[in-house]
Formats: sequence, C-alpha cells, structure tokens
Amino acid sequence: MNDLRVIWSLAARELVRFFRQRNRVIGALGQPLIFWLLFSAGLGPSFRLPGSGTGEGGESYAEYFFPGTVALILLFTAIFATISIIEDRREGFLQSVLVAPIPRWSMVLGKLLGGTLVAVAQGLLFLLLGLTLGLHYSVVSLVAITAFMFTLALALTGLGFVIAWRMDSTQGFHAVMSVFLFPMWLLSGAFFPAEHGWLAWVLAANPMTYGVAGLRQLLYLHPGAEAGAATLALPSLATCWIVTLLFAAITFAASCKMAGTRTTGDLL
Amino acid sequence: MTASAAIGISRLTHRYGSRVALDALDLDIAPGELFAILGPNGSGKTTLFRLLSTLTAPQQGSIEVLGCDIVRDRRAVQQSLGVVFQAPSLDKKLTVRENLRYHGPLVGLWGRALDEATTELLARFDVADRAADLAETLSGGLRRRVELAKGLLHRPPLLLLDEPSTGLDPGARNDLWRYLRELREHDGVTIVLTTHLLEEADRADRLAIFDRGKLVALDAPDRLRATVAGDSITIETADPAALVGELSRQLGLAAAVVDGRVRLEHPDGPRLVPRIMDACSARIQAITLGRPTLEDVFIARTGRRMQNDE
Repeated sequence: MNDLRVIWSLAARELVRFFRQRNRVIGALGQPLIFWLLFSAGLGPSFRLPGSGTGEGGESYAEYFFPGTVALILLFTAIFATISIIEDRREGFLQSVLVAPIPRWSMVLGKLLGGTLVAVAQGLLFLLLGLTLGLHYSVVSLVAITAFMFTLALALTGLGFVIAWRMDSTQGFHAVMSVFLFPMWLLSGAFFPAEHGWLAWVLAANPMTYGVAGLRQLLYLHPGAEAGAATLALPSLATCWIVTLLFAAITFAASCKMAGTRTTGDLL
Repeated sequence: MTASAAIGISRLTHRYGSRVALDALDLDIAPGELFAILGPNGSGKTTLFRLLSTLTAPQQGSIEVLGCDIVRDRRAVQQSLGVVFQAPSLDKKLTVRENLRYHGPLVGLWGRALDEATTELLARFDVADRAADLAETLSGGLRRRVELAKGLLHRPPLLLLDEPSTGLDPGARNDLWRYLRELREHDGVTIVLTTHLLEEADRADRLAIFDRGKLVALDAPDRLRATVAGDSITIETADPAALVGELSRQLGLAAAVVDGRVRLEHPDGPRLVPRIMDACSARIQAITLGRPTLEDVFIARTGRRMQNDE
C-alpha cells in the first residue's frame, strides 16, 4: 500500500513539473502538430497508398499521418520526461530518492508512470484534432485508444529511462534522440508505409511499428472508416497489443535492472 | 565496536579501481553527538558519507546504524537516517511545501501526519512564510533550511550532512549551526557532518580527521589542539634580527624571523609572554599569542598543510 503512495507521489511530481514548465508542453505537442500540418500540406497532393487506386477513395496523407503523429507525441513526451532523470541526478534530487527507504522498482515505476500520464494527456488532446478529419470516437474506442496509448507511452518512457540513467549530460541524450529514437519513429510506418525490400524488414523488426499500427487500427475502428486501414497490410490488432505489452514489460524490467546499478554520476 | 553506538564502523575499506579511498577504518559515533568528519579533498570523507548514506554499498568491512547492518537491514537504516546532500536535493520547480509533500510518502508519511510535520518543521526553521514560493526563488541559506526540514520530515534519530556550509555566507552558516545545536539538544538527534573547513570542524563535539583514506586523529577539538606541543608567539618589531639575538641572550629562546616578524613556539605561551615583555619591552611594537589550530593538528599528524580550495 505504501509502495503505491510512493509511486503516485513520484508520478504526481512529474505531472506538476511538466505542466508548470510551459515550454515543455509546447515542445512535446507543438512540434508533432507542426509536422502533421506541414507534411500533410506538402506531401498530401503526391501521396498514394500502396494498393489504393489513383483518385478518390484513397486515404489522405493527413489521415495516414495522424496515428504516426500521435506516436510522435508519445515519443517526445516520454523522452522529455526521462531527460529529467539527468537533471534530477545533477541537481541532487535523485540522491534523496535513492536513500529513501523504498524499493528501487517503486522509484522506477513512479518516474515512468509520471512520464506516461503526461504523454497520454497530450495524446488525448491531439485526438481532438482528429475530429477535423471526420474521425469519430465512441466510448469503447476511446477507452481502447487510451489504454493502448498508455501501454505504448510506458514502453517509450521505459526506453528513455534506460538511455538516460547512465548519462551525465542532456547533450548526450539529444544525440541518441537524433540517431536512434527519431529514426525508430520514422521507420515505424508512421511517416510512410513500406511493404517490400529491406525497409519492410526494418519495419517488421521495430517494436514501434506495432505501436503505430495498433493506433492506426484503433483510430479507424468505427464502422464506415475502415477503408484507410484496410488498404494497408498491417499486423493484426492482437499482434500489436502483444508486441506493445511486451515492449513495455521489457523496458520496465530493463529500467529496474539499470536503476540497481550505480553510475559515475552518483559520485558528484 | 560498542553495542550502544549510533554508528559503528569496523574494518571498512573502499577502493575505486586500485586507489584506496578508505583503508580499514574503525570508528564509533555515540548517540547524541555532533560529530564532524574533516579532511581535504580525496581524504576519503566523501566516500565515507556516501557509504553511511546508503548511496554506495560497502565493499569490505561493515557499518551498523543503531544496531542495524547497513546492507542486511538497508530499509531500516534508511528509515532512521535523515540525509542532507551537498548538491541541493530540492526540486526547484516545486514550492517549498510541495517539496515536502512529495517527499513524505517516500519516508512513510502521508495525510495529516505529513501536513503536521511539514507545518511544524517549516515553522521551526523559520521558512513558513515562504512555503508557497517556488524553491528556485529561495536564497542558498533558506534552501539549506528547507533541505534540513526535508531530511528531518520522518523524525530520524540520525542526521547526515555533506559539506552543509558550502555556498552559505557567514550569517547563514551561523544560523545553520544554531539549528543543528538545537536539534541535538532538544531532540537528541545524532548529527554527523563532513567538512573541509577548520572553523566548522571546531564547532563539533568530536572530530575525525582523515587524510588519504586513513583516520589520523579522533577526539574533541580542544583535546586535539592540546596534543600539539605549544603556542605560537609572534612579535612585531622594527629590528627583528636584533630582537632574536636579545631573546636568545636574555631568555635562552630560539626564535626565527618569518615574514619580517619574530616567531617562536613554546609549550606554555601565556606564561612566556610576560617574561618576554619584561625582558625586551623597548623593542616590541606588538606581541601576539596564538593557540594551536586544527590546521596545526593536521600538520603535526600528516606533516603537510591541509589543502583548502576555498
């Protein structure tokens, strides 16, 4: 019971911190929003989904890119939330948590949960824009989408945690962001589909692909809107759930293992 | 080690690679003591602090805190420790009160008990009027006081502080010491702090001096000073060389000229000064009697000066 209080206390701190720093809210929500608007405007006219005919009936790029943008928001927010571990360590806050009489996993879960909740909140906010695309949400689909976003965000926050734990500067994290995390998103089917060649293999091996595909199917779950998703050869929704849950479980376990090790940063 | 010790350390050795940071340390700290750990950088005091605070696990030897082993009963030890780190552990984006509110559950406090403890501690350290302000708006001295409140939230019988005076002006330092004394006297809290400042170590009940991973001195500051042979006498005069000759002739004293002044050491300075005044008063412009300092103790035990970077 007390462990739950610890987890919630650490998570609540993340939420308060996040919403108090307006630039972080803008950064995590603003950039994907700009991407979505600009790429939809720029690539929209020349975009054709594989398998769909020319002309009417195909999915617009704004629609295609929408689930990917949700994933990008989750990724950015998760990353920003975990970068704060580096600040926490440098500023000494982390030390006071490390010497508290609590199990290490509750510290990890508190941190991850905080980042995840912030990410889900931002994701939900962005979903409102989907209404302009003619998306309809039912109570059931919203619950399913929220649950899926939560799982994916937890996985990504865990990934961020594993990367951030050993770092002693935020610059290092930005490098990882550009060469690893951002490409991981680019090659997830979020930005463009790939069904042949080596790209298809990369996509299949990327856990993020299943996150984006899951979101895509859940967003277009309602009757009458299946046209867009149906033209793509996506992994089944069940596969997406399993992979994303596994992704979250693995990054959480890795975070706990990581947090049990000490880093040179502690020597400050 | 004695069973009643607040902290009992035995045969504690810690290495970073091939460098020995602590070498077979034995040390007991009694309950209710205000204990200082003094040493230059690299003396091992920071390593000792990290071990005591449970941030680092011991490699060799053992530490017991109030009878609990620091490895086996880690949670129990953590529950009885209040720790104030050198780097401020406050979240700058939270208010003073929020900092304590989110810390409470980590040390087993919530709800009304947490509210009451928070209100009481903020009042006690005279920061109640800043409770609603963001931590980043506080001065260094105030921040350190909120740190104290945070560390003491769960009423630990033992308080550890790492270089608590770092970054504080003299006024804030004095305040800090007033609060520490009060804690020790009214609440019986055992206080252990590290420092590289001699005047700070001088205020402790007992003091351990470290050099290169070894304990070189352990006693009350006064008693440590008493172990250094003598007092130093410094005399200002127009003609130092002549005075040195005169002292030698009349009183049989071996004095030296240091920086244009005559300096000598003697086991009993207070008795010697009047004799010097009687013998050579015409030549003396000023005479100063210096009691031995902890620096002298350090020099006597290690043969080197303590390197201070402040």
